[in-house]
Amino acid sequence: MLLTTENLCKRYERNEVAVDALLNVAIGIPEGAFVTVTGPSGSGKTTLLLTLAGLLTPTAGRIQFRDTELTALTDAKLAAFRRDHMGFVMQNFSLVPYLSARENVALPIALGRKVGKDQLQRADQLLDRVGLADRAAHLPRELSAGQQQRVAIARSLANEPDLVLADEPTGNLDPRLARDILDLLEALNGDGMTILMVTHSPEAAARGTQRVHLERGQIVEVAQPTA
Amino acid sequence: MNLVSVAWKEICHRRSSLVSGLIAITLGIAVIVGIRTVTKASEHAVAVKLDSLGANVLVLPQGATVDDYHTADIDAPTFPEEYVERMISSALLGVENISPKLTRRIKIDDTKVVLTGILPDNEVASKPTWQIEGNITPEHNCAGDIGQNADPRLKREVIETLCEDECLVGVDAATRLGVQAGGTLEVEGTKLSVSKILPATGTVDDDRVFMHLHVMQELLGIGSQVSAIEVMGCCSAISDGLLSKLRNVLPDTRVTGIAQIVSTQIETNRMMDRISWGVLLLVLLIGGLSIGNTMWANVNRRRREIGVLRMLGASRSRIIGMLMLKAVVLGVAGGFFGYVLGTVFVVGMGPGTLGLNVGVLPGWFLISLGLATAVALIGSLLPAYLASQFDPSTNMQEL
Ligand SMILES: Nc1ncnc2c1ncn2[C@@H]1O[C@H](COP(=O)(O)OP(=O)(O)OP(=O)(O)O)[C@@H](O)[C@H]1O
Ligand SMILES: [Mg+2]
Repeated sequence: MLLTTENLCKRYERNEVAVDALLNVAIGIPEGAFVTVTGPSGSGKTTLLLTLAGLLTPTAGRIQFRDTELTALTDAKLAAFRRDHMGFVMQNFSLVPYLSARENVALPIALGRKVGKDQLQRADQLLDRVGLADRAAHLPRELSAGQQQRVAIARSLANEPDLVLADEPTGNLDPRLARDILDLLEALNGDGMTILMVTHSPEAAARGTQRVHLERGQIVEVAQPTA
Repeated sequence: MNLVSVAWKEICHRRSSLVSGLIAITLGIAVIVGIRTVTKASEHAVAVKLDSLGANVLVLPQGATVDDYHTADIDAPTFPEEYVERMISSALLGVENISPKLTRRIKIDDTKVVLTGILPDNEVASKPTWQIEGNITPEHNCAGDIGQNADPRLKREVIETLCEDECLVGVDAATRLGVQAGGTLEVEGTKLSVSKILPATGTVDDDRVFMHLHVMQELLGIGSQVSAIEVMGCCSAISDGLLSKLRNVLPDTRVTGIAQIVSTQIETNRMMDRISWGVLLLVLLIGGLSIGNTMWANVNRRRREIGVLRMLGASRSRIIGMLMLKAVVLGVAGGFFGYVLGTVFVVGMGPGTLGLNVGVLPGWFLISLGLATAVALIGSLLPAYLASQFDPSTNMQEL
């Protein structure tokens, strides 16, 4: 297993209203899997993804990433771990508006300690891989939604992560562009990348090698479709 | 690409939002630099004034000011030279040296110069009463007093001898008149030989022509009148009431000690000094608050972007570091522009408005940079800390 959780709980408390967004979630992500997470709106999909990434602190439970217990790391160590082992593709693309496509892709490398000259070259290679070699110098606002998401995918690969976390990566895209993005993720998975993707769309979920269904913060179904 | 260039791109991208903070710090530093520059110039002016007086007591005609004496206008008031004898014959204790002076603004070959009539030391000192006074009270011979305790600026070269057909020319005047030692100058139709070009002193003397007092009185038809008597009194004697004794001897004159002459300006300087520290505190406060406000607005606009950086692996301290980098840029820019603005403004006002020759303070360039940077850093500390505590997840959930 690349990642496992035990008893993972996340409770949001605001104005004396407590919401159990995750309740005793136990999940295992095998190396090389393409896990899709589905569930109704508000079921805790995004919360699960952010908690696995260490961007939300779980109320209880443990997250084990290979030999590392993420829930035991300090902020700085967790940030470095995220940088070195995880890639992110979000519904809102999450690109930095004043950096070009190339610079956005190189950003996770720049956040590392080693600042090499070849990082921009690597960014260009990744952009080439997502079919945007000719747009390297463009700012996010000069790119279409589909292109922006492809830049985000290229960026998620910058530090050669072990796991790519995607939250509704096709949520803002029309069906044809969505298919392109899903094809791209599937191709990545074909190359051995482990992916966890949150999605609303049954068509997208069908691409997964392992399907998790959430309801009210609890896993209600894990399906392993026979290929 | 590194994080410095990322921070720089962000600054360029949102430069307009930084303007208010930058203006606050620029103006603050400009005010400090301006005040410091003027204060320094004013202190320098006091030093030069002390130097140009050369004596520590000045006897002037009733109603005349020190400035009248310096400007030496045609109708500047005078009093009889005979007052010198009166001072000497009253045998005042503690009077070390007496030099009467007559100053007039004249033209030599169409060049305006201030002509100053002086008596060489030998002619004053040879007065018998002077000698007697000096000899019978040796314990009051206070040359040592002046030499050791007095302001070193008060010491100046005493002109021992000066023949009636000679003149001495200050360096600046010599340049303007185009004369050299050994040459001649024609003053009111009389040829005088230039016996010496006086070395530069940095005072008004540099732009003057000195000649024998009695010859000058005759040439200009002034009679036996002088503009002032400079008195070197020993310091203890001055505090023992030498000034009031002199006033008794010469009732229709104005007797001033140097302390009085420059005291208003020294007082002003002290006040400026205090004000500049007060302003400094205010600038630290306003500048810091303004930068803090600017930074807070900035990080709030960047909530989502900061969340993205956190997601991509920037730790909290990294976020603080990037924002501090920005504060340094703001501070250095504010310090630079503030220094330039303050200096240009004050130097531009210059002698016309301020009545001072304002010199640039290069040392304050680095002080300005350091001060502005420190203020920007301190002001940004809280916003940067709060930004590092932003919940990165809320930004990820937004569309
Ligand atoms: N920051 C928060 N504070 C309080 N409650 C929150 C917060 N974020 C999410 N929640 C609540 O937690 C629950 C799970 O939210 P989450 O965003 O994980 O759902 P989701 O499955 O991603 O929904 P969607 O499909 O609409 O994106 C919801 O009931 C939501 O209201
Ligand atoms: Mg969601």
